[in-house]
Amino acid sequence: MAFRNEDDKKAYWRENLALMAKLLVIWFVVSFGFGILLVDVLNQIQVFGFKLGFWFAQQGAIYVFVALIFIYMYKMNQLDKRYGVDEE
Amino acid sequence: MDVQLLTFIIVGASFALYIAIAIWARAGSTQEFYVAGGGVHPIANGMATAADWMSAASFISMAGLISFMGYDGAVYLLGWTGGYVLLALCLAPYLRKFGKFTVPDFIGDRYYSQTARTVAVICAIFVCFTYVAGQMRGVGVVFSRFLEVDIVTGVVIGMAIVFFYTVLGGMKGITYTQVAQYCVLIFAYLVPAVFISILATGHVLPQTGFGASLADGSGVYLLDKLDGLSTQLGFNEYTSGTKGTFDVFCITAALMVGTAGLPHVIVRFFTVPKVRDARKSAGWALLFIAILYTTAPSIAAFARVNMIETINGPTVNEQVATGTPHSEAPSWITSWEKTGLISWDDKNQDGKMFYSGDERNEMHVDRDIIVMANPEIANLPAWVIALVAAGGIAAALSTSAGLLLVISTSVSHDLLKRNLMPNISDKKELFYARLAAGVAIVIAGYFGVNPPGFVAQVVAFAFGLAASSFFPVIILGIFMKRMNDKGAISGMLAGIGFTAAYIIYFKFVNPAANVAENWWFGVSPEGIGAIGMLVNFAVALLVFKMTKEAPQEIQQLVEDIRYPKGAGEATAH
Repeated sequence: MAFRNEDDKKAYWRENLALMAKLLVIWFVVSFGFGILLVDVLNQIQVFGFKLGFWFAQQGAIYVFVALIFIYMYKMNQLDKRYGVDEE
Repeated sequence: MDVQLLTFIIVGASFALYIAIAIWARAGSTQEFYVAGGGVHPIANGMATAADWMSAASFISMAGLISFMGYDGAVYLLGWTGGYVLLALCLAPYLRKFGKFTVPDFIGDRYYSQTARTVAVICAIFVCFTYVAGQMRGVGVVFSRFLEVDIVTGVVIGMAIVFFYTVLGGMKGITYTQVAQYCVLIFAYLVPAVFISILATGHVLPQTGFGASLADGSGVYLLDKLDGLSTQLGFNEYTSGTKGTFDVFCITAALMVGTAGLPHVIVRFFTVPKVRDARKSAGWALLFIAILYTTAPSIAAFARVNMIETINGPTVNEQVATGTPHSEAPSWITSWEKTGLISWDDKNQDGKMFYSGDERNEMHVDRDIIVMANPEIANLPAWVIALVAAGGIAAALSTSAGLLLVISTSVSHDLLKRNLMPNISDKKELFYARLAAGVAIVIAGYFGVNPPGFVAQVVAFAFGLAASSFFPVIILGIFMKRMNDKGAISGMLAGIGFTAAYIIYFKFVNPAANVAENWWFGVSPEGIGAIGMLVNFAVALLVFKMTKEAPQEIQQLVEDIRYPKGAGEATAH
């Protein structure tokens, strides 16, 4: 294994899971939260021609999804470097 | 030139392009023909993945469904994009590190069991069949319109072309053909949307035009106007839904999780060279998919307003229009009437068409035609109409050819060769592969003629089945080292069995009972995959508790896939 020791290996996996959990919380909040469960509350707010809840359900959440994957990619590459397990 | 001739020219040109690229790419790479991702730029790979993924359901059917469903259409938008986040974060890097080509291979090896492999193969075939059935309907809609034949003939022509295209073979493996198909389909999708957005609101981007005020001088927001029109005509307000919140939640979850469990999507991430590229590939793919998915709701809203105002006549001073005389109907109405997908029944004998959500309604408009008819409804030039036909065909062909290949290899290779008849000759194997593709097309064609729902809805069932069978066992296989074979097998069987039974009961056995009052917890057949997924998890964990945990070497294998270093080339199976 390319890890320096077992502790590093465990730490790497822990950080990986923590990042995943954080991003999945955002994923859940913008789609299931803002777009579905809280849609009626957010629809009270109007931004330009959009009711906010409706906008999250049909537009906003999708933009966030794209951002999430790129953030994950960036952060994981950093993590790989820090632990010396990146693939040149 | 008339629309029909232009359509032949543009569709013909796009076919010539795909074939030319196929020949060029074949000459360029001989040996690593099937390792599509190797040496391909991640952006090109992302486009190819997007083309593979966006089917006739995304291209032809989805905006139409949203147009009729309003807010509820969000289930498709969220479901078919959000799944990529799950795929990128929880599955793709680990499956890439594992280094096998198919989902049944992963399940068979991870759960060290031939039975698990067989169950996975059967689930994969079942999922792909359902998916292809939805595609055939979409292809049928395109051909029936531009050849001006009825939908049955359209489906049959579509079947013939898809069969020919698949048997011609190898199309799926060629990334660059799919890059071209992505370009054709996204261009065909955006052009009419941009045109219509500029005409109606002055905004170039349909994504912002959707929330802008109308350019007709009234200063009313598009969505407010649509809400007003909808209520006056006895429909539900466009920006609020009619489905129960829990049902919307379940359908979205089933589609998202299903995306992450679809065999032909997962396969794309096995073929990239490195774990890092698997992460990147998912990002680009979703970006290219998002371009279409954020445009679709805007097309839906514009098309809805345009359609209502064409049929009923323009709204003046907020007075409800009384209808347009059928003798003055624009040509798109009469051409679609020939396909049987639009019909008019002059109930009050006034010679005028009227469209509404109550007893005054005289029109039947099939939801699947909206995207195809949209440029005509908005009076766009004939070449735009022809372009949309080419885009729809590109979308349907790239996806159904891919799915048919999965079905035929699953049957001939995974099922027959590796399970039932290990001594089968190569020639026989190829024969069974073709036979399976043929049978698949015929069954799919049947459902294309007698659809159990609209294209996007039929496809939604495929996702429910994938969600309830594959996703839980793959997740457990990666994140729970001790998970064993018996747990996985019983989980898959329970999940897909439960989901399929629920769908079949409400869609085929007793369709009359398919109303919200009879649904369990108000969950429709489209959303039941989410519950099926929970059943799968629960059964798998319960059986695991009662049986022996996975052997040490398997646990070591799972440990290995969690770290990127040393991810080798994907090995042939």
